[in-house]
Amino acid sequence: MSTPTPGPRRGLLGSLADFLDDRTGYRALVHEALYERVPGGARWRYVWGSTLVFAFMTQVITGLVLWSSYSAGAQTAWESVYFIQHEMAGGWLLRGIHHVMAQAMVVLLALHLLQVVIDGAYRAPREVNFWMGLVLMMLVLGMALTGYLLPWDQKGYWATRVATNLAGLVPAIGPSLQQVIVGGPDYGHHTLTRFFALHAGFLPGTLIVMLAIHIALFRKHGLCAKQPFTKPDALFWPDQVLKDAVACLAVMAVVLGVILVPALRAALDGRPIEWGHLGAELGAPADPSEPYAAARPEWYFLFLFQFLKVFEGWGASGEFIGAIVVPGLVMAVMFLMPIVGRWRLGHGFNIAFTFGLLAGAGLLTALAWREDYAARWTDTAALADVQDLLHETDGDEEKIAAALGNDPVKQAAFAARRKQWDGARHSQAFLDAVDTAHADARRAVELAGRPERIPAAGMLDLLRSDAATQGPRIFAQHCAGCHAHVDPSAPGAEAVIAKSSAANLHGFGTAAWARGLLDPALVGGPAYFGNTAHKEGDMVSFVQNDLAGNDSWKPDDVAAVVAALAAEAGFGDGLDEAVVARGRGLVADGDRCGSCHTFHDNGTAAGSAPDLTGWGARDWLVGIITDPTHERFYDGSNDRMPRFGTADEGAQPPLSAKQIALVADWLRGTWYRPAAAQ
Amino acid sequence: MGSTHHDPPADRPPGGEPRRDLLTRLAALTCGGLATLPPVLAGVWTFLDPLRRKGAAAAFHPVAELEAVPDDGLPRRFPVVSDRTDAWTGFASDPIGAVYLRREKGSETVQALSATCPHAGCFVEVDPQEKCFRCPCHNSRFAIDGGIVPPSPSPRAMDELECRIGPGGEIEVQWQNFYTGIAEKKARS
Ligand code: FES
Repeated sequence: MSTPTPGPRRGLLGSLADFLDDRTGYRALVHEALYERVPGGARWRYVWGSTLVFAFMTQVITGLVLWSSYSAGAQTAWESVYFIQHEMAGGWLLRGIHHVMAQAMVVLLALHLLQVVIDGAYRAPREVNFWMGLVLMMLVLGMALTGYLLPWDQKGYWATRVATNLAGLVPAIGPSLQQVIVGGPDYGHHTLTRFFALHAGFLPGTLIVMLAIHIALFRKHGLCAKQPFTKPDALFWPDQVLKDAVACLAVMAVVLGVILVPALRAALDGRPIEWGHLGAELGAPADPSEPYAAARPEWYFLFLFQFLKVFEGWGASGEFIGAIVVPGLVMAVMFLMPIVGRWRLGHGFNIAFTFGLLAGAGLLTALAWREDYAARWTDTAALADVQDLLHETDGDEEKIAAALGNDPVKQAAFAARRKQWDGARHSQAFLDAVDTAHADARRAVELAGRPERIPAAGMLDLLRSDAATQGPRIFAQHCAGCHAHVDPSAPGAEAVIAKSSAANLHGFGTAAWARGLLDPALVGGPAYFGNTAHKEGDMVSFVQNDLAGNDSWKPDDVAAVVAALAAEAGFGDGLDEAVVARGRGLVADGDRCGSCHTFHDNGTAAGSAPDLTGWGARDWLVGIITDPTHERFYDGSNDRMPRFGTADEGAQPPLSAKQIALVADWLRGTWYRPAAAQ
Repeated sequence: MGSTHHDPPADRPPGGEPRRDLLTRLAALTCGGLATLPPVLAGVWTFLDPLRRKGAAAAFHPVAELEAVPDDGLPRRFPVVSDRTDAWTGFASDPIGAVYLRREKGSETVQALSATCPHAGCFVEVDPQEKCFRCPCHNSRFAIDGGIVPPSPSPRAMDELECRIGPGGEIEVQWQNFYTGIAEKKARS
């Protein structure tokens, strides 16, 4: 009857909506966006694109918040990420989501690509959109690659070094390209600022523009519906949206699951949950001077990493082919897919190629893992003969052949077993490096949490001054050639001690160590003077003769001397003061220890035996490491111990004063421990 | 949707003066282009700044005393320490690299090898048991004198560094970085 008039009472919101629609036309836009026809009804197979958009949005949200707490700089990047991960409320969760979702995105990309290729969705008129998709894929991989460096930890640093060195192989512009990416001739502040700008600016900015076009084109051409239709057409909203939302929820659940599984395990095992160690790992701060044998890229780049090994023995062209030519060709084939796919056979080829590619990448990844973890299941004891033969022959091929009686069958068998042995050793080195890396990372976090906080010079500076971290390294490089450092009661310790050519320094300065020194059964053994020039010396003969059931030395006396020595070293806590005082008297006594050793002001001339004043204390240890030939220590009777802290005019000593102090502190076990662990 | 208050220009017949039209287009493009150029150029200029930066010139650095390298043919690792700068930060005596030094029995001459893998730049380690070098990244193997052990992915032997005995008897090594992944040992400047 009457023409429909606008409702008399539209309300304020309604009028506002009308106003907006009049000025913007948003209703039509929304309508177009939501009421897209889905031929054949909503289906699960159409969800992949939406999950990718969802994953990207997750990265944008978490990324922006991470950005607001991140500081790109060689002395601040690790530190700020540490702060996010271990101190900011929920930081571990935020970083965990960003980290795991990045991996989920790579998986979803592969699935999306697979689906598009199988369905032939790249064919006319959708070619351009397929190409856009490939570019999007490269952008996502680029963000993954650049993001890996940002925490500036060891693994990111070394993986990035390899990646940027590969960029240097690009013909003609390679070296310049590398220098522009790295931000100069060396890795540092500008590597970080550039990678960050790429990761959070250039790449996602480009991605958003491309994604908008990708989705617009997708809408323009409509869904590439899969025949036959089993159901009537449906609308995008709400039918397909529901399926998409469920899929996104599932993706998020998997991401959270990956983050929380270690917490669940800890809870089930009754261990405390370490929230700060959930989600994304944070390694020790990047150190260009510290080898990192556990350097591996993220798992989804592992196949490329492994691929470089395929070209073993190809010389210079191998790396170029592996890192530039083959990946370039693969991308070229993918870009040509829409054209090749015009023919039935071509479409078949495309499908086979994509599956082949994924299978190849899967295989390479599996190979990489198998190589890295081989030591876990290789029975190295069964391969001991390989090691023995290699040692006997010094690895000389002719000698090996001779030892095997020049029998080709035996030689081939040996070669195979040698390869296995080699692999196990290589893998063991990797596994050890992973352990060290974990220990370093934990230590760095522990130190960062000190009440004094991280110094302005950065975490690396602090870690380099940490006895617990550096002591074992300096010892291994400079001392372990002669000295053992093993707990004598640990399994296998005896063999290690027997092989050393100087005293076992484990627990040096403690009562237990001093007790062993004064034990007639031990003093001449490999843990003390057995493998040194002092084996037949005065000290050994004194302990073996005078302390073994001699009337002048009662067991009590020996115990008192042990207590006095431990007290000198600063390990006298809990010892009976009277016993210590009596021991000090015995040590100073000119008829006993004092006949050779100086001790405080007992008047014995320096030089005949080490001064026992402050024996085993930090200062004493630093002194003997600096110069064992000093009259305070061994003087002229020094065996083979080098002077580590002094040198002839103009020359540099092997160790700096700081390094010597670090070894001394480590030997004495004095380093920072968090209050809870004490 | 379209408003009816103004006639959209497209509804008008094409202008009757093609010359003027061409000029307008050219002028529009030129002005727009000129306006955009400064930010783009300034951006590119600064972005490419790293190309001007040179690494530290190759120089001899004292690394260790002769006695610190036993003449048993086995390589020992030493850090190369020098002052260095990282953009705006200056570091006094910071490790800038690592070298392996070795000496044959009874020999006074020292061989110095860079610890950087010529394949892709990982840190090469010594395998004292097998008396060889191994790279933990892609399993390149090098003989104890740095020569390549085939089959290895590395395109060349380890990079030998120039090395001399300084006035005080200490070993001085000329530290240099080299391009990785190519057969030629080419120094980065
Ligand atoms: S970096 Fe050394 S083998 Fe690849």
